[in-house]
Amino acid sequence: MLHTLSRIALAGVVSMAVSTANAAPESKDPIKITLNDWTGELLSAHIMGEILKKAGYNVEYVPADYLAQFSGMGTGDLTVAPEVWATTAQEALDAAVKTGGVENVGSSGMEAREDWWFPEYMKEKCPGLPDWKALKKCGAAFATPDTAPKGRYLGGPSTWGGYDEERVEALGLPFEVIHAGTDAAMFAELKSAYERKAPIILWIYTPHWAPIKYKGEFVEFPAYEAACYEDPAWGVNKEMKYDCAKPRGPIWKAVWSGMQKKWPGAYEIIKEYKFDNQTMGELAARVDIEGQKVEDVAADWVSKNEPTWKPWVKP
Amino acid sequence: MTMATTQATRQATRQATHQDARQNAPEQAPPAAPFRWRRLVWPAVAVLTAVVVMLPADLLPAWAVKYPAAWHLPLAAWISDVMKWLMNSASFGLFTVRDLTRALSAVLNIPLTMAKAIFATGVMQGEGSQAVQLFPPIPWFSLVIAATTVSYAIGGLRLALGMALGLAYLAVFGQWTSAMVTFASVLVSSIIGAIGGLLLGLACVRSRTLERLISPLLDVAQTMPVFAYLLPMLILFGFGPVSAMIATIIYAVPPMVRITIVAIRAVPEEIEALGRMTGCTRHQITWKMLVPSAMPALMVGVNQVIMLSLNVVIIASMIGAGGLGWDVLAALRRLDIGGGLEAGLAITVLAILLDRFAQALAFNARRNRRAEHSRRRVRHAVYAALVLAAAGWLAAAHWPTIAPYPEGWRLSTAPFWGDLVSWININFNGPLDAVKTFILLNILAPVKQFMLALPWPWVVAVTALAGYWLGGVRLALTVGLMCAFMAVVGLWPATMITVYLCGVAVMISVLIGVPVGIACAQRPALRTVVEWIIDTLQTLPAFVYLIPIVMLFRVGDFTALIAIVLYAIAPAIRYTAHGVAQVSPHLIEAGVMSGCTRRQILTRIRLPLAVPDMLLGLNQTILLALSMLVITALVGTRDLGQVTYAALAKADVGLGLVAGLSVAFIGMIADRLIAAGSARLKARNGH
Repeated sequence: MLHTLSRIALAGVVSMAVSTANAAPESKDPIKITLNDWTGELLSAHIMGEILKKAGYNVEYVPADYLAQFSGMGTGDLTVAPEVWATTAQEALDAAVKTGGVENVGSSGMEAREDWWFPEYMKEKCPGLPDWKALKKCGAAFATPDTAPKGRYLGGPSTWGGYDEERVEALGLPFEVIHAGTDAAMFAELKSAYERKAPIILWIYTPHWAPIKYKGEFVEFPAYEAACYEDPAWGVNKEMKYDCAKPRGPIWKAVWSGMQKKWPGAYEIIKEYKFDNQTMGELAARVDIEGQKVEDVAADWVSKNEPTWKPWVKP
Repeated sequence: MTMATTQATRQATRQATHQDARQNAPEQAPPAAPFRWRRLVWPAVAVLTAVVVMLPADLLPAWAVKYPAAWHLPLAAWISDVMKWLMNSASFGLFTVRDLTRALSAVLNIPLTMAKAIFATGVMQGEGSQAVQLFPPIPWFSLVIAATTVSYAIGGLRLALGMALGLAYLAVFGQWTSAMVTFASVLVSSIIGAIGGLLLGLACVRSRTLERLISPLLDVAQTMPVFAYLLPMLILFGFGPVSAMIATIIYAVPPMVRITIVAIRAVPEEIEALGRMTGCTRHQITWKMLVPSAMPALMVGVNQVIMLSLNVVIIASMIGAGGLGWDVLAALRRLDIGGGLEAGLAITVLAILLDRFAQALAFNARRNRRAEHSRRRVRHAVYAALVLAAAGWLAAAHWPTIAPYPEGWRLSTAPFWGDLVSWININFNGPLDAVKTFILLNILAPVKQFMLALPWPWVVAVTALAGYWLGGVRLALTVGLMCAFMAVVGLWPATMITVYLCGVAVMISVLIGVPVGIACAQRPALRTVVEWIIDTLQTLPAFVYLIPIVMLFRVGDFTALIAIVLYAIAPAIRYTAHGVAQVSPHLIEAGVMSGCTRRQILTRIRLPLAVPDMLLGLNQTILLALSMLVITALVGTRDLGQVTYAALAKADVGLGLVAGLSVAFIGMIADRLIAAGSARLKARNGH
């Protein structure tokens, strides 16, 4: 009996010791969270930052370019990249992980979707949308003088990959792929076309504010399967690959590989951090459409959803 | 004041270029006796080029049409490997290269942190979110009071008024905090750049060997896109404001070095002789005699350092410099055109204020002393104002709520600009689209096809021939090898697209710029207006007007073309205006006496005499066009700028540097050929 009691007491002491050790952060140095340039990422960064602060950590936000940030993380100058999209930066992330400086700590729970997207009003000019087969007859509806008679599809920057040229060929679509250099340019074109109700079809990704602000839909291509990108025999075109939609991919969280050692508790929080598309879309809309400040929206979410994030902070 | 600056710049650059040309060209220039065959060379080249392009592709050997992949020199991979080795294993025994560069970056961080503490962040203890502010940054009202009074003391009412209005813009339009972050980093990098450039220039004056060694490096630093060396910078110096500052300095310092060399050499020899006779030490001669005598020209260099530093604010903000550059980027990502414009204009305002202030300071230093009593009065006023500003600062430290500019007093015209672009977009889309389609189909597409059809050995040969024609064997070898480099490293198609895009842009810039320049030369009022416009266009970040242009003209080469022309047209106008205006009045009078009409005076006297100036303008236009490439990569061009940008995205150090070097080489080929041509022309005109 006494034995049991002392064991319980001992366990209590040990667990208390552990919890106090974790309550005081392992290092006072600031954890540097990168700020990229889209609202969703800014929200993720600030939500993570708020939670880390509540757990007693020192946090600093550093504005950084989405792709340039990896070299900063590799050397430990930056600590956390809250959103690395499998759809846009998988290659860069893999390369950074391979050098040993960066660690992929798993999905943020959000799923990126990206594909061909058209505004609602184009349904009139190209009946049958969003089914992709409708596009086969609609080249002219999306044409511009320099692509006529083919339609003009505005693809992402060429660094994003995406196999759109291959997709056009495999599915026999009468379209020419034009690459935008940045997504700022891409959305500028969308805005311009939407204002004039002019024809446009382009690469859009979510979660993003554009499909919330502008009414439209993704084209429904045959659903992606790994076989579609590997096996020519798969799908409608028996001789070519890429005859399907783009893969949907997780949004990863990436950290500097030295983080686990320096701030073990914070590392766990980042690893556990989970979010979902719906909530993120709603928060992003509060910022982009209602004009609230990112910091306020993030702080508000953290204060109202303690039951959600409390379990991430290991006692 | 701008005019004074630009004129001085012009003179300094002109001297520099001509000196270069004199060194390279005339000594090997072929005999001037006109052989008849020489007249036939270029028509023959033109005909042959046409034939080569028309030939069906299978008539030419395959290796000439497309540079074989097997012949590629894997230079990019080598550079990447060296970089990896440098970062991971290179060591001086006691410490590694990385330790060294990181230590250097820590040292450079000290002045930067201090400047930021004063202007933007305040004195902080600790780091990150747990930092505590011990003392606030200088509040806006104190800075306005102090800067305005000091400006009045050194530059008079005009400067004071400009300063007050400029700072008011920053406060009223809500740009204050970001502007102060940018100001702090530009201030520090300008000071380091100016001093470093001066020292390097002085060293070059002493040692011709050093000068010969450094000169090509300066050329490369000036023409290589910043994106190309951003990545190695990040790896060596860490992600953050210091890297951004070093990249800024590399970009901004070459003109300072060049101008120092020219300015110090231009000091009359008698001054130095006097120094030696009166027994001055070398140190005294340099710092007490040469540098002060060369001050006006040196200030032109300082001006260039400031302007160029502000040019890279946007790119620096991508790697952690923050400030206004970041605001511009973030606003445009949201398609908030007005917001981007307001932040961009804040950069322009900073540039103008810094420039005018530095000019006044230099001018003040050598102006005849004013009457003693009035000077004393001004000095008292300045002291009083500084005390007032300091009191304001202390008050802000005591009552923190009064420090920030009140939200309610803010203004924004942002929605207006966004609506304006939308309005143009909705109402004028038809005509705009028609113009775009016409130019795209009738000019851009054919030129592009033509350039891509040229076999690479032919282009290399023609470039070398032009080098021989204008400068001799050495020039021929230099430009020929540079040209071949781009094929050897496997970037030929991207190079040709670059040449096509920049070539058309330069052509349009000249076609518009030269007539505008001529008009300006004869109408001072017009010239003032035009100067204002081109000054703004050159300091406003290109991103600000790139996005509206995309909205009106869609992604593609035409959009890129407009952006390049907007930026590169300035020197074409400036140099023409200056060249035409500076023709000696005696020659004009002589023309009038012999009964020339206005038109004849222009075409027979002014224009021919202005040609060397105009050639220099052309040279600058080409360099500026090339420096816009990286920006146009953002609207989807397929040129060398895109290669550097993609290399940055893939963290490929080697590819970035090689592509950047190719851009630099295109600029240098143009520069060398034009300089040699201009020297020949001058020789023929008997100058």
